Amino acid sequence: MTGPILRVRDLTTRFRSRAGTVTVVDGVSFTLDRGEVLGLVGESGSGKSMTGFSLIGLVDEPGRVEPTASVELDGRELVGLAEPEMRALRGRRISMVFQDPMMTLNPVLSIGDQMGLVIAAHHRMSRADMATRAAEALTRVGIPEARARLDAYPHQFSGGMRQRVAIAIAILNHPAVIIADEPTTALDVSIQAQILVELQRLAREDGTAMIWISHDLATVSTVADRVAVMYAGRIVEHGPTTAVLSRPRHPYTRGLLDSLPSRGEPGHDLAQIPGAPPSLAALPPGCAFAPRCGHADAACGVAPPATEVGPRGWRCHHPLEEARR
Amino acid sequence: MDTSTPLRRFLAEFLENRVAVAAAVVVVVILLLAMFAPLVAPQDPYDLSGLTLRDARRPPGFVGSTGIHHLLGTDAQGRDLLSAILYGLRISLEMGLAAGALAFVIGALLGTGAAYAGGRIESLIMRIVDLQLSFPAILLAFVLAALLGQGRGPLITALVAAQYAYFARTAHGSAAAERQKDYVEAALSIPLSAPRVVLRHILPNCLPPLIVVATVQVAAAVSLEATLSFLGVGLPPTEPSLGMLIANGFQYMLSGRYWISIYPGVALIILIVAINLVGDQLRDQLNPRLKR
Amino acid sequence: MAGFVLQRLMQAVVVMLVMSALVFVGVYAIGNPIDVLISPDATQDIRAATIARYGLDLPLWEQYFAFLGRVLSGDFGTSFVYGIPVTQLILTRLPATLELTLTAIFGATLVGVPLGMYAGYRPDRIFSRVVMGLSILGFSVPTFWIGLVLIFVFAVDLGWLPAGGRGETVSLFGVEWSFLTLDGLRHMLLPALNLSLFKFAMMVRLARSGTRETMSSDVVKFARAAGLSEWTVLSRHVLRLIAIPIVTVFGLELASTLAFAVVTETIFSWPGLGKLVIESITALDRPVMVAYLVIVSFVFIAINLSVDLAYAALDPRLSKGRS
Repeated sequence: MTGPILRVRDLTTRFRSRAGTVTVVDGVSFTLDRGEVLGLVGESGSGKSMTGFSLIGLVDEPGRVEPTASVELDGRELVGLAEPEMRALRGRRISMVFQDPMMTLNPVLSIGDQMGLVIAAHHRMSRADMATRAAEALTRVGIPEARARLDAYPHQFSGGMRQRVAIAIAILNHPAVIIADEPTTALDVSIQAQILVELQRLAREDGTAMIWISHDLATVSTVADRVAVMYAGRIVEHGPTTAVLSRPRHPYTRGLLDSLPSRGEPGHDLAQIPGAPPSLAALPPGCAFAPRCGHADAACGVAPPATEVGPRGWRCHHPLEEARR
Repeated sequence: MDTSTPLRRFLAEFLENRVAVAAAVVVVVILLLAMFAPLVAPQDPYDLSGLTLRDARRPPGFVGSTGIHHLLGTDAQGRDLLSAILYGLRISLEMGLAAGALAFVIGALLGTGAAYAGGRIESLIMRIVDLQLSFPAILLAFVLAALLGQGRGPLITALVAAQYAYFARTAHGSAAAERQKDYVEAALSIPLSAPRVVLRHILPNCLPPLIVVATVQVAAAVSLEATLSFLGVGLPPTEPSLGMLIANGFQYMLSGRYWISIYPGVALIILIVAINLVGDQLRDQLNPRLKR
Repeated sequence: MAGFVLQRLMQAVVVMLVMSALVFVGVYAIGNPIDVLISPDATQDIRAATIARYGLDLPLWEQYFAFLGRVLSGDFGTSFVYGIPVTQLILTRLPATLELTLTAIFGATLVGVPLGMYAGYRPDRIFSRVVMGLSILGFSVPTFWIGLVLIFVFAVDLGWLPAGGRGETVSLFGVEWSFLTLDGLRHMLLPALNLSLFKFAMMVRLARSGTRETMSSDVVKFARAAGLSEWTVLSRHVLRLIAIPIVTVFGLELASTLAFAVVTETIFSWPGLGKLVIESITALDRPVMVAYLVIVSFVFIAINLSVDLAYAALDPRLSKGRS
């Protein structure tokens, strides 16, 4: 089959309450090819995690994905899909890994039981076959003596090992897409690199596409083929990783890059983006970044249109010059 | 509303919860009614000369031979039930408040003292407290009341013995946390006497959680007292609390004269629920973990 | 695991010794022990003989061990009122209390936990609010008064159910049981309901708060993201996570149910241990009182021990983590 495995168009998620409507994901569009890793970058509250939950249809009440949105997985429309059908896809064709492995694994169920539940949710097979399949998945994520470890409980694993177990659960049914929501943030730096490499290898071997959600541009730059930068629920810039990181067009991307410790001169203050991320309940009209932007002027009072040039795109009235860097 | 002082702010917050305010009003009204029972009651229920058996076991609304309108009916002796309830509330509240106050003092001193003393004394006291907390309070109170016999003293002893542990546990919890803080270390480093440190420095900081426990425990004491008196191991028949009134009406219930038991019970429940609702609100307000 | 069990077993023995000492000293503090052993209207000769037989002239600690020895061999003396050995008396009353308390607490748990979980899963539904309202009532209203209301409504006013007694019983293993006959069940319904309301309220609250907390946890999010059905999430993940506090409370409440059975049995004339002890208190039947105390303490300690062991089985962090 050809064409992208995942095609997202105008994904919009709103929370409606008596206090008013808050748009947490606002017109997000992107495509994801087989085996491709897309980095989704933004500060906390930028809507990147909510984008992940919207994709797999797990937005908590009173949130709702607008029916005008479209999420096509393998050519199949997910928005508006009935819950049983959506559930059949979750964990089988598209799965998700979370930030903190301490919190995602059930402390009172053995690893084998937890994996068995996930297999049983999608396949009918004997307990022995389940154990074999679970052990295979554990072996693939680099857990030694996988068979024996099936009876172990989460507390008997180190933090890094637990995240491997969580990843093993996510790949149990060989999904086409994995959404990894800050999967290394809660881990020690040395373990982070291992998990990073492991996930990359798995994606390459299986041809699994991955959406890597992170606030950390540095991590994303090492794994992602392409990046999308989110601000206040919108993708403000996207493109091939090297191009975006070396020649950012949106002032916000520029600000994020400048605030990376590795980019600063030793002994000098780190550059910071002035101000704080806006409250989604009270977004300024027009460009949401304008109040913090050094390039903003009257034109920014109107929402900037999406500019698409080749593989790159941005939403800004005053994009930075290509040659600046 | 002026929110300049912590107390005013506390009151303002309390007043926001309508249910709690209503409950507080109910508690105050009941307290006043109980306190001034002789003035508000239609009849002195224990002045035997005012009673006549002709008026016994009459349903609510009956106008007695003495001209009294018996709003809630009369009991087996022809007593006005409303008056008996008002006097009964008085006894129940006296018992509940006395037991609660005593348990408060004993528990708070034991808990803070244990936290201050530390080491073996602390672990011994808290072991006993924990052991007792896992034992059903009603059983302990029941056994003690049974062994000590009827009367106010034995009853209060039984209630306090069953309840002090809740205060001790709470006081110890916050005092142990308080003990670690710099200002207590500072107070201890200058030669102040130990009781002074406990009373002046540690105890005041344990008060908020203790007040919450106190409201809940007063309600529990009233309920426990009623249960014990109902079983006949509480107060003697000469001091009829609500529990006793309910027990007295029990036998007539089987013949359909429900009011003799039901109305004292309703009074009891209104009291307990109202105190608990106030306690719930205090807990929400005084619990630092729930504060935004 | 074996070491853990052994350690808890030792603790239980120590606590039991302490409790027996307390009861023993209590007997001494409250009255002359001779009154506990023989009836007040016994003759001087019997008095002297009993004192000699039980060694009441010996030092206190020796007497304590003698008392302990008798208790261990199941000898609690003879009831003044019934004139039969207390052990036998208690054994004949125990089944009635057991079937009542077990029915009450199992009923409360089996009904309360699912309802509480539902109320936590869908807190805004009207049904959930009704369940919570019921539980608040069950918490605040004294057990004995609910019993009265139940009798008045269902026995007196509606006449659907009997107001007291055990009804028809059937003998099984040489013991009379009510729960095996329809009539017995009819008699048991009201007292069991009365006894279970407080536990029901507790289970509902516990299950509800646990479920609410767990539903927003990453464990549940992760399980849902893996495609588990809501039923599987609730029955396998959430139930296991909230099981630990529920088992704890179940155990502790089992003990307190025994205590509350005193109240319920009195109201519904249920001829169990609770009614027996109330009667023995009014009749000053002291051997029965002492035996009741020791036995209830024992039951209570045994329950606490099993709760600890159940903990270890439910929470792998406790048992296996130690090995």
